[in-house]
Amino acid sequence: MIQLRNIEKVYKTDTIETMALHKINLEVDNGEFLSVMGPSGCGKSTLLNIMGLLDAPSKGEVTISEQLTAGFSDKALAVFRNKKLGFIFQSYHLINDLRVLDNVELPLLYRNLTAAERTALAKEALGKVGLSNRMKHFPTQLSGGQKQRVAIARAIVGQPQIILADEPTGNLDSAMGNDIMEILTQLNQREGTTIVMVTHDENMARKTHRLVRLFDGSQVL
Amino acid sequence: MLRNYFKIALAVLKRRKFFTFISLFGISITLAILMVTTSFVDHLTGARYPEFKRGRSLYVHMFRSSSSTMGYINSSEPTFNFLNNYVSKLKSPEMVAICSNTTKSNAYVNNKKLSLDIMYTNRAFWDVMEFKFLEGKPYTAQQIANGEFVAVISEDTRDAYFGEGVKAVGKYIESDNIQYHVIGVVKSVPITRMFSSSDIYAPYTMPKSGADSKGYMGNYMAVLLAREKSDLPKIKEEYQEMMKKLPLENPKEMDRQESYADSYVGSFVRRSGGPGSKLGTVYFVIGAITFIFMLLPTINLVNINITRIMERSSEIGVRKAFGASSGTLVIQFIVENLILTVLGGLLGLLLAAIVLGIINNSGWIPNADLSLNPMVLTISLLLCLLFGLLSGVYPAWRMSRLQIVSALKTA
Repeated sequence: MIQLRNIEKVYKTDTIETMALHKINLEVDNGEFLSVMGPSGCGKSTLLNIMGLLDAPSKGEVTISEQLTAGFSDKALAVFRNKKLGFIFQSYHLINDLRVLDNVELPLLYRNLTAAERTALAKEALGKVGLSNRMKHFPTQLSGGQKQRVAIARAIVGQPQIILADEPTGNLDSAMGNDIMEILTQLNQREGTTIVMVTHDENMARKTHRLVRLFDGSQVL
Repeated sequence: MLRNYFKIALAVLKRRKFFTFISLFGISITLAILMVTTSFVDHLTGARYPEFKRGRSLYVHMFRSSSSTMGYINSSEPTFNFLNNYVSKLKSPEMVAICSNTTKSNAYVNNKKLSLDIMYTNRAFWDVMEFKFLEGKPYTAQQIANGEFVAVISEDTRDAYFGEGVKAVGKYIESDNIQYHVIGVVKSVPITRMFSSSDIYAPYTMPKSGADSKGYMGNYMAVLLAREKSDLPKIKEEYQEMMKKLPLENPKEMDRQESYADSYVGSFVRRSGGPGSKLGTVYFVIGAITFIFMLLPTINLVNINITRIMERSSEIGVRKAFGASSGTLVIQFIVENLILTVLGGLLGLLLAAIVLGIINNSGWIPNADLSLNPMVLTISLLLCLLFGLLSGVYPAWRMSRLQIVSALKTA
């Protein structure tokens, strides 16, 4: 499903060059639930951003669904992300000015759907994360766990094949974290969605199919 | 999609109340001033009551003679004599209205002095102007030729002299010891229209009309009506031909004589700016002033918008991550800005309407009919859109250049 070949990422400033990722070769199979672990600053998030086409590698190739993504225009990348990928962030990144339902509808805005179709899909996604009764709320009226569930609903509403989650339980207590993990696991098992999750938490990582460890930008496991 | 933009635009406006207030304040005041100005310009120069035919009219209200050797210049309105004997004889105009500058006269009502303006006109004046007659009708060519003491008075004059709403036709009005037989009452004209505004209109054959002045320089003006707008250049040309052949009034001292038939605005530009002034330059200067006037609040708005948009970098990151291209986002932010400007525009419209209402009712300009007519509204709307685009495009463009990863990180 996802293939990374010889991925390198170098951050340059005027005086210093930092190698964030060094020769990463990684394959994620269709339907796999993979976790990425490593100490802070080891390049986990950079790796996830490159997989999600949010950031471009300095060297190497990213292939998703057998499509080589190098050379995509801004517009083509946008369409590709919209169709194939869903994102979950540690700090949720919900839009506080929009109600829960509108937040979940967001990815569908960039598809050719009617308002009614969008609403129906968003409601269905909210149902899956158990938040049907919070549709009219604003994000600021929700708990951390609820916010993350809204974020999951937003990630799955467009039925992407791949979900990329950057420390989805990082800001949550263990009970809430377990809830989120449960939802992701079910999504993976029932719908066959491929999930790549960056985490600090060994317990969470243990619930996934495979674990990749990074250290100083290199893959160690 | 639009509904969604609308929702978020309103939410953002509500959230940042202070920013919103400053933006709306700037936009609405600027637009209100522009709308009031446009309305004034329209009031002064537009085809308004009773000069509805301004579009196909040319105006003459200057005669200038000069000496190239001595450097003398004399300039004033032309005489009735010049207008009647030379301008009226032109072939290309459909008709030529001739009217005098207004002169002050005194009337007495119940021992109270009433100062009344009198304008002396020819018959064609009533056909070129489209007065609304509340009573009676204008004087005929025959009445003028007979030197009958007849007059058309304005509604305000009637109300002041005979009493409000009292029928005046058939009665007599006495001013400067001359009794006029009132044969018509017209709706009053704002004082800003010098070719048609007066309290009393009387035939040029009246004793004090000044129509008997010899020579070319006097106190009369003319409006040349073309059959069609496309005839205007031809009339101007014929007018200049006539001027070339016009005998010099005082060949010993003055060797040059000038007079022009110009568009309404053009005639004033020519008169105030001297022979070399071009209408185009005036429009350019007005345009430049408007632009600079709009530029200041626009720059201010650009600044506010940048801060405002950059505050929303998380939203930008998320939208991009979930499939919005830079182009889509630029459109979103421009639409949001347009919504803000249109809101400001509506507020500005309200403010302008209030200001115009106050001016109309204050009596600062008697009979002022300042209004937000369709032209004023259209211009204001266009200004609104221009304003929205000017202040929205740059911030939106800067925002769209933001990398997703950094947009999400800074949030």
